[in-house]
Amino acid sequence: MMNNICFQLFITFFKIGAFTFGGGWAMISIIEKEIVDKHHWLAKDEFLDQLAVAQSLPGILAVNISVAVGDRLKGMKGSVSAALGTILPSFLIILTIAIFLTPDLIKNNEILSKIFKGIRPGVVALIIAPVITSAKAAKIGWKTVAIPIVVALLIWSKLPVVSNPILYIVLGGIGGYFWYRRQLERTRELKGKEVEK
Amino acid sequence: MIYLKLIWSYLKIGLFGFGGGYAMLALIEREIVGPGWITEQMFTDIVAISQMTPGPIGINSATYIGYVAPGESSATFSNPIFGILGSLVCTLVVVLPSFFLTTYTSHFITKHKESALVKGVFTGLRPVVVGLIASAAMLLMNSANFGAVSYDIIASIIICIAAFCVVFFTKIHPILVIVLAGVAGLFIF
Repeated sequence: MMNNICFQLFITFFKIGAFTFGGGWAMISIIEKEIVDKHHWLAKDEFLDQLAVAQSLPGILAVNISVAVGDRLKGMKGSVSAALGTILPSFLIILTIAIFLTPDLIKNNEILSKIFKGIRPGVVALIIAPVITSAKAAKIGWKTVAIPIVVALLIWSKLPVVSNPILYIVLGGIGGYFWYRRQLERTRELKGKEVEK
Repeated sequence: MIYLKLIWSYLKIGLFGFGGGYAMLALIEREIVGPGWITEQMFTDIVAISQMTPGPIGINSATYIGYVAPGESSATFSNPIFGILGSLVCTLVVVLPSFFLTTYTSHFITKHKESALVKGVFTGLRPVVVGLIASAAMLLMNSANFGAVSYDIIASIIICIAAFCVVFFTKIHPILVIVLAGVAGLFIF
């Protein structure tokens, strides 16, 4: 019975990994349908708790959520089965492409090299779009707009030390913590004054 | 040893890859393209291929880079066996931190999700993630991707702006945008 659930987890996540284009967020709604609505493995609020964890952690969102769901259902065996299911389709598809579509082939084949010359600036556009959508989602305003600008320029500068993205991830986390704590203290002070009145 | 270097780089990518696939690109750029294991063009091509195939961009790029990097680093590793080994190594390493963090911290995060520590850290990360994605886009706007002669540069900028407008203002799927950009390239260049 235990192996059975592990196998089902593997098959379910394999299907999701094989047929979902567009990465993390596109996968989440399908994972939710399979896990909550179809297999009833988790209740909706339980799933949302796991999703909150998966989102908070670094790494690949789809892998995080499959590990969280698998672990919740069958511990280590479950998380390995679910994660393997998510990873395997991408791995096999990309490996096949890498073996046949080599960089030399793209460079030396006239038609392919023209196609990729058109694709490359198109890909850049695909990354500019989420800059704007993520800025909206993060509620970037006049007070906070300097943060992403400075971060982007310094990483882009390729200067030693200051161009390391890890630096800003660490600083952002630490800074966020202190900022939030100060906000809490301020609201507490304001409430205290109201009580005095 | 190229494999040890790849493991070290992908551990960092897995451990600090906050904010999803696009934000992760900034890290991959620095760790993988920076040392010259793959060219700027290959990196952009991987992003394009990742978009057109199912699965998360983090896995797709790890598999592709793991396959290509050993051969690019030295002629001794040009045999496909070394590439497949590299693919396996990178893909496993990039998901390894997910395993440990999800298994061991999920309890803590669920319990403390309203705490100043968890809330504050993620509030602080949000604007940084926007900067990371922007830096990935800026790093890719280079002569490797936009060409070196004026005709190529102008044509590339036009493709880029047109693709941006389609992605941003319509609901046309990104895969179709990449296909159209490729067709445009075939006729323009």
